[in-house]
Amino acid sequence: MALIVGIDLGTTNSLVAYMAGDGPQVISGTRGQAKVPSIVGLTDNGLLVGDPAKEYLVRDPSRTIYSVKRFMGKAIADVAEELKYFPYALQEKGGVIRIQVGEKTYSPPQISAMILKELKLRAEAHLGEEITKAVITVPAYFNDSQRQATKDAGLIAGLEVLRIINEPTAASLAYGLQQNTQGCVAVYDLGGGTFDISILKLKDGIFEVLATNGNTHLGGDDFDRRLVDEVIRDIDTRHGVKVEDSPELMQMVRLEAEKTKIRLSDEPQALMVFSLPDGKGTYERTWSRDEFEALVLDLVEHTMTPCRRALSDAGLETGQIDEVVLVGGSTRMPVIRSRVQELFGKTPHCDLNPDEVVALGAAVQAGILAGENKDMLLLDVTPLSLGIETMGNVVSILIRRNTTIPTSAKEMFTTYVDGQTGVDIHVLQGERELVKDNRSLARFQLKLPPLPAAVPRVEVTFLIDANGILNVTASDIRTGESQSVQVKPSYGLTDDEVETMIRESFQFAAEDIKARQVIEARTEADAIIMATEKALQRGTDLIPAEEIESIHHAIEALRVAKAQEDHRQIRAGIADMEKVTHHLAEVLMDATLKEALESKKLSEVTD
Amino acid sequence: MSEHTHQPESGRARELPMARSMCWHCQSEMTGEYFCGRCVKVQPLSKELDYFTCLNLPRKLNLDEQALEETFYALSRSFHPDYYATKDEGEKAISLGNTALLNTAYRTLKDPVQRAEYLIRLEAGSAKDIRNSPPADLFDEILELQEDLDEFRSLSAGESDERRQELLEKLQADRRTLEARKAQMEDRLREQFSRWDALPTEAEGEATVRSQKDAVLAGMQEILSNRTYVKNIVNDLVAATSPTAEPGRSAWH
Ligand SMILES: [Zn+2]
Repeated sequence: MALIVGIDLGTTNSLVAYMAGDGPQVISGTRGQAKVPSIVGLTDNGLLVGDPAKEYLVRDPSRTIYSVKRFMGKAIADVAEELKYFPYALQEKGGVIRIQVGEKTYSPPQISAMILKELKLRAEAHLGEEITKAVITVPAYFNDSQRQATKDAGLIAGLEVLRIINEPTAASLAYGLQQNTQGCVAVYDLGGGTFDISILKLKDGIFEVLATNGNTHLGGDDFDRRLVDEVIRDIDTRHGVKVEDSPELMQMVRLEAEKTKIRLSDEPQALMVFSLPDGKGTYERTWSRDEFEALVLDLVEHTMTPCRRALSDAGLETGQIDEVVLVGGSTRMPVIRSRVQELFGKTPHCDLNPDEVVALGAAVQAGILAGENKDMLLLDVTPLSLGIETMGNVVSILIRRNTTIPTSAKEMFTTYVDGQTGVDIHVLQGERELVKDNRSLARFQLKLPPLPAAVPRVEVTFLIDANGILNVTASDIRTGESQSVQVKPSYGLTDDEVETMIRESFQFAAEDIKARQVIEARTEADAIIMATEKALQRGTDLIPAEEIESIHHAIEALRVAKAQEDHRQIRAGIADMEKVTHHLAEVLMDATLKEALESKKLSEVTD
Repeated sequence: MSEHTHQPESGRARELPMARSMCWHCQSEMTGEYFCGRCVKVQPLSKELDYFTCLNLPRKLNLDEQALEETFYALSRSFHPDYYATKDEGEKAISLGNTALLNTAYRTLKDPVQRAEYLIRLEAGSAKDIRNSPPADLFDEILELQEDLDEFRSLSAGESDERRQELLEKLQADRRTLEARKAQMEDRLREQFSRWDALPTEAEGEATVRSQKDAVLAGMQEILSNRTYVKNIVNDLVAATSPTAEPGRSAWH
């Protein structure tokens, strides 16, 4: 049996893990980091994924895609409010967002596939065998379209997705394996872009989810944005700089806000300091934890409503919860911990690394699927009610939310007019009465034999499988014949599109670590050449002619090295460049400092 | 647009829980309960299998909840798709179908109201829908309540605050009355449960037992349809009078 890996495909970071002999283990990359930032850079040199792409982000924001998980299974109208935070242009085709980079457009599953491929390569390098099967995690509150998009991403990356598993339940598997917990457990999972709460009952190795709730548009990103908005206002007031006008500065502010938020989890105060572009000075401000918490208080409260609903759906009171588990990097914020503790009246567990626990759980599930673990079994639920449109734009529910999956519902269809040959069926997901307030999943036309009205009897089965994904089949009750149903997803790629994308994915040549290292080195070389040329323009009069000469030589040498296929040569060229430009950099730094000091004096005078 | 057909086939429980007496795979005579004795492949559960038989319980209304859960967990371990990921397509499909049926059976029997509704459909000769009808003695009160509710909804906050407040208090009082009424109905339902469970098992031709059964079923059906009606009004009242309540409907029956 080929090894199955477990993948946490996160909004901010992704990880891959596997079942080692002594338990689940996350796989680290060449830089020793287990987390791969979920960022993709589509550079002229090729594809960058993870940390190198994160470095590339401030340099070329329009070609660097992050937080793509927020777009999975979505149309543009769904993300309209947050468009200003993203530096890249979005389009829409067939109900699917397309991200424009240069001349080309990419669907969110394609971008996710690039991240998955990186994880696949990483696992293959570590385990020394080809990896073709995976368990991938999704937020529990993901709807059918978002799950299908994740499955498509796996396909495009060359992975057979054996199971889509919910993140909080994956975490519970990792915890359950470790502690052999029994009783009712609440898993509070606040990630980079999504929030989930799941209530489980653990008994003799069975992990039965009683209820789940959440918000697929609430996560660490939103906490960052509160800080970003403050900083944008502040920079405008104090420096007269409009951050929105510069995508590079916007990304800088975003990354600094994220860093400050993280520091405030450990310290009561954090200093934010970075230089503004074009010699506009330095932005500096100390943030206190109290200040930050005041900015995000309502976001924290937003997570409480799903918690109460999940409890009520599970038929439990807070006092009946035996354990509370925290999952997701965002649960490191003290304000979250104290609020969760207050709600459940229990000190939450966070013994396992909240960043890694979901990937570890996915690996445990991979072990179960591989038949290596017959003790544990996960019984999960569908997070949202499923229904079909009926007369008067009303939804008739077929499968209620929090129903244990797999589950199916049958519905009989007939005709109203003699000779009618079809019925249009519209499938929806959501908790509201009216069609317009729910999520449209798909439409299809059911074929009926041309007979007198009310004579045809075609039974349609709506089955939600163990991945939480809908499958539709139909059969003619009179003839006993089954009928294939062509379901057109409202917000998803067609099978043909996925096929094309699988073929296209091979065009990104970087199939091995070596090629990847060359691309990374080339991108870095481009950056240093560009920076040096800019510095030379400013510093021509500040350094001797022979120094300028040797810098030009170094640039040429690096250009030659860059054309070769050896990343070590390129790295050597970069190191040489850094050496010969060292003095120039110092001189320029002094000049900038002097300028800054003078302008400060000037402002003191004018104030 | 469509007609519901969730009703199971009427009639008595089948003796055999399997769809056929021969293994779908090796065609040998079925000896095992869920797995072929010869090739050990999982066998499909019969579509006509009733939920009580599926979960190995007598057709009673006061259930041993612990036994129900234990059987459910044990059968989940036998059928769940997670344990069939490495098996062939045929076995995967059977695992999926069996688990879907098992989950529906468990969900239906776990909830007392769904359990009673299911039993009525199972026992009633022709599959009858349980209608929502108002309790006869509450008819006038409910009419008045609906008028108040309509008026309350038509008044937006800010205008005629006094009348709004008056209606709000009245509706809240109505809600308490109806909730108490619903609880009463549930008590009466439990009495019927015990009556049902005490009836002797029906033997062929015993017309008296059949008519006793029908009487209990009819009694339960009336309570259930009144209860559903009252429950829906209570939900409307909650939605209209407490704006923080969850929109839409409750996940529970
Ligand atoms: Zn056999």
